[in-house]
Amino acid sequence: MLTHLQRLEAESIHIMREVAAEAENPVMLYSIGKDSAVMLHIAMKAFYPALPPFPLLHVDTTWKFREMISFRDNIVAKLGLKLFVHTNQEGLAQGIGPFTHGSAIHTDVMKTQALKQALDKYGFDAAFGGARRDEEKSRAKERIFSFRSKDHRWDPKNQRPELWKTYNARKAPGESIRAFPLSNWTELDIWQYIYLENIPLVPLYFSAERPVVERDGTLIMVDDDRMPLKPGEQPQMRKVRFRTLGCYPLTGAVESEADTLTAIIQEMLLTTTSERQGRVIDHDQSASMEKKKQEGYF
Amino acid sequence: MAHQSDLIAEDILAYLKSHEEKSLLRFITCGSVDDGKSTLIGRMLYESKMIFEDQLTALQSDSARFGTQGEGIDFALLVDGLASEREQGITIDVAYRFFSTDRRKFIVADTPGHEQYTRNMATGASTADLAIILIDARKGILTQTRRHSYIVSLLGIRHVVLAVNKMDAVEYSRDVYETITRDYAQFASGLGKDGKPPFEIVSIPVSALKGDNIVEPSSNMDWYRGPVLLSHLETVKVDDLAESQPFRLPIQWVNRPDSSFRGFAGQIASGVISPGERIRVQPSGRESTVARIVTQSGDLERAVAGQSITLTLNDEIDISRGDLISPALSPAEVADQFETTILWMADEPMLPGRPYLLKIGPKTILATITAPKYQVNVNTFEHIAATKLDLNEIGVCNIATDRLIAFDPYETNRETGGFILIDRLTNATVGMGLIHFALRRSANIHWQALEVDRSRRAELKNQKPAVLWFTGLSGSGKSTIANLLEKKLAALGHHTYLLDGDNVRHGLNKDLGFTDADRVENIRRVAEVSKLMADAGLITLVSFISPFRSERRMARELMPAGEFIEVFVDTPLELAEQRDVKGLYKKARAGEIRNFTGIDSPYEPPETPEIQIQTADMSAEDAASMIFDELLARKIIAG
Repeated sequence: MLTHLQRLEAESIHIMREVAAEAENPVMLYSIGKDSAVMLHIAMKAFYPALPPFPLLHVDTTWKFREMISFRDNIVAKLGLKLFVHTNQEGLAQGIGPFTHGSAIHTDVMKTQALKQALDKYGFDAAFGGARRDEEKSRAKERIFSFRSKDHRWDPKNQRPELWKTYNARKAPGESIRAFPLSNWTELDIWQYIYLENIPLVPLYFSAERPVVERDGTLIMVDDDRMPLKPGEQPQMRKVRFRTLGCYPLTGAVESEADTLTAIIQEMLLTTTSERQGRVIDHDQSASMEKKKQEGYF
Repeated sequence: MAHQSDLIAEDILAYLKSHEEKSLLRFITCGSVDDGKSTLIGRMLYESKMIFEDQLTALQSDSARFGTQGEGIDFALLVDGLASEREQGITIDVAYRFFSTDRRKFIVADTPGHEQYTRNMATGASTADLAIILIDARKGILTQTRRHSYIVSLLGIRHVVLAVNKMDAVEYSRDVYETITRDYAQFASGLGKDGKPPFEIVSIPVSALKGDNIVEPSSNMDWYRGPVLLSHLETVKVDDLAESQPFRLPIQWVNRPDSSFRGFAGQIASGVISPGERIRVQPSGRESTVARIVTQSGDLERAVAGQSITLTLNDEIDISRGDLISPALSPAEVADQFETTILWMADEPMLPGRPYLLKIGPKTILATITAPKYQVNVNTFEHIAATKLDLNEIGVCNIATDRLIAFDPYETNRETGGFILIDRLTNATVGMGLIHFALRRSANIHWQALEVDRSRRAELKNQKPAVLWFTGLSGSGKSTIANLLEKKLAALGHHTYLLDGDNVRHGLNKDLGFTDADRVENIRRVAEVSKLMADAGLITLVSFISPFRSERRMARELMPAGEFIEVFVDTPLELAEQRDVKGLYKKARAGEIRNFTGIDSPYEPPETPEIQIQTADMSAEDAASMIFDELLARKIIAG
C-alpha cells in the first residue's frame, strides 16, 4: 500500500504528464519558494531520464530577496533547464514599487499584469503553478486544470467538472490553462516531502541573523538600500526566518531559532497561525483572494 | 497546525517517521445544508486541530456576520468558500478539505446535495473511496438520501458511513436511530444485485453541532457500542482491491530523450508489474516483455497500482499516448460499441447522433451516442422513456466510437471503465459515462473488405468521388444552384446524385421532426447515405439547411480528406425571408411552424467553407458555373 506522500507524488506526476501531452506550449511558473522547489523536483522525476519538456518562467517584480535570485540562477544552471525571466517594463519605467505605491498596486502591476504579459509574449497555453487547495478558501474549489479566458480571467461559477483523473485540457485559441499539480498537498506534506527527498531550499527559510525593522507588528528585512527608513527606524540584527517568500517589503519575517529542516517542521507544527498570515496582500478582506484570482492573479 | 501532540515537541524525528507512514483516505460527504453537512466537516477540522488561531479569529468574526448559530461558532462558515456562496448560505461547487490525524491523512470532497447539483456530487464521488451519507434524525430517509445513495453506488464507492445526525434534536433516542438504520439497510439492498447492498454500510448516530460520536464516544448515547466517526475513518480498509486486479497501465507519455531510450509513462490503474512479465499493448494486440521500470532513483523490481512509472520493453513496438498496457494473459476487452450509463452535465441537452469527444484515461476519440434506452429517475429509480438527456439527467445509452478502444467494465475498474464527454465546439465537459459492457454486435460484425473498391468504381466513371454539401437558410437558393450544377455535370456525362432535404424527409427520414435532436439524426443519416454514394463513385450533391456546425463537421469527417466540399449559400435572412418561395417564413412568423431555422432555431454559419456564394450579388447560373470551375480546379472532374 502506498503512503499518502507516495500517492500525492504519483498524482502530481500524472498531472504534469497530462499537461505536457495535451498543451502545445506549456511552462512552469517558478517562484523560487518551497512549493516551486517541490514542483520542480517532481517534474524532474516525471520525465526522467529526459528533462521536463517545458521551460520555467519567473515573474520578477525586481523586489524579490537577493538570495532568491542567486538561488534561482544556481538551480536552473545545475539542472540544465531553460528559464524565462519577465519583468513588467512599463511598471518598472513608472517606478511602481511596494514602498511608493502600496502592496495592492505593486502586486497588480508587477505580478498579475506582468504574468499576463509574459504568458501572452511567449504564447504559453498552459502554466503550472504550485498553489495548494489548503492555502486559502477560494483555492479549495479551484480545479486542478483551471481555465482562463483570453483575458486571463477565472470564472469560479463556470468551472468544468473534473472527474476521476480524466482532465479535459481542450481550449479555444487564446484561452489558457493553469494547472496545479500540488492541489492536494498540505503545508505539512510539502515540508515532509522536502525533508524526505532532501530538496534544496533558499536559505531564507532557515533562521539566521538578519537586519530587520518592525512595522505595524510585522518584521521587514532590509534587503537593499531601496527601503526608505522612517524617522527613528534603525535596522536591527535579529534571528529570523521566513515562512513564505515573495517581495521582501511585503514578506514578514518571524523570530525563530529554527535553523534546520526538522526544527522548521517542528516549529510549523507547534505554531498557531496559518502560513499566509505573513503575506500582506491577504489581509484586506477574507474574500480578497477570490477577487484577485478572477482578475488574473495566479 | 497545532496538533497538541507531545511527540512533536519531544521527538520530531519520531513524529515525522509516523507521519511518513500514514495512508490517505478520500471521502465525500453527501447531504444538504439542512442536514448539517458543512457543520460536520467544520467540526472534523476543528476537532483534529486543523484550524489556526488566525483562522479561528476570522471564523468568529464571520460567525457574527453571516452565522446561523447565534453567539456560537458556525462551523459551516469554515467550509463554505466562495464569497457569493457565503452570502447565499449555500454550497454550490465541489470544495476539497484536508485534515490529518495521527493515523491518516484525509481529503474531503464537500459537494452540494440538491438535485440540481447532481453533477457536482458525481464529480466529488468519482475520486472518493468512501461516502458519508448524512441523515437528519428528525426526518429519516428522504428522497435525497435515496438519490445520494444511488449516485454513490453508480460511481462505484464501496464503503458508506450512514451518519444519523442531529441526534441531540431527538433526545438521543435509540429507537429513532435503529428505525432509520433498519429502513436504510432495506432500501440499500434494493440498489444492489442479489438483494445485497452495493456497498458496505456502517451506521453511526452523531450530532455534528454538539460533537457527539465524532471524535469521542458520546456520553449521551451509552446504548451505541460501535466506532465513533473519526476512528472509523482512520481504520477502514479501502485500497486493497486495486492491487489484486489485473495490471493496467494507460500510456500518457512516450519518453524519448534520445534514440537509445524509449520509455512508456503512465500511472498504474490497477495491479502489479515486474520486469520480465509478458504484456500486451491494446488495442493493437502487439506483445512484448517488460525490460525495466525506470525511475530517477534507480530501477524498480516491482510497481503497484497508483504509482506513476516509466516502463521500457524488450521489443521495439509501436506504442502511443492512449494505448493500454495489460498482461498478455489477462488483457482488457477491446471494442467500439458499448452499453453505458451517462450523466449529462451541461445546460445544452445531449443530442443522440451528434458526435462528441470521448476521453477515457489518456485517450481521446470521437463517439456518437444513441437515443437513451431509458432515463433513470434519480429519486425513484424508475426507468422512463426519453429521447435526449438534460442537465443532471442519467440515462442508459449505447455509444459507438470511431475506433477500437481497450476498456474494462466500470464495475471492475473505475479508471479503465469511466469516461468524460466533451463538446467539440465549446470544449466544455458535457457528460460523464460508465461502461457496462461491449455490444456483441461490434465484436462479431467485421468490416467486409471488398475487392472492387471506391477508387476502381470512380475510375470507371472517369471522375473522382466527392460530396458537395450545400448549407444555408431555407430559401437561400441551395436547391436551385445544386439543380443547375447537376444538369451541367450530367450534360458532360458525369455520374451524380442530388440528395435534397425536402425529398429525403418524404422517405428515409419521414419519421423525423424538427427538434434539435431530430435535426441531428436527419443529418447523420444523410451524411451516411452521401458517404455510400461517394463510395459508389458518384459526385454527390447534398442540399440541406444543416444548421449546426457539429453535424456538418461530422459529415466532413466521414469522408476522406479533399472529398468533402462545403458550399455555403450565404443569403441574408432578410433576403431569404423576402423571397419566401415556399411561404414558410410567413407561417413561421405567424407561429404556425415551430423550430424554424433563422426564426426560432439557430443557424450556425460555416467558418471556413470551401466555397462561399453571396446570392445577393450573384445569379444562380453564375454560382453553378463558379462551383463547376472549382471542381475542375480540384481535379474532381477532368476538363
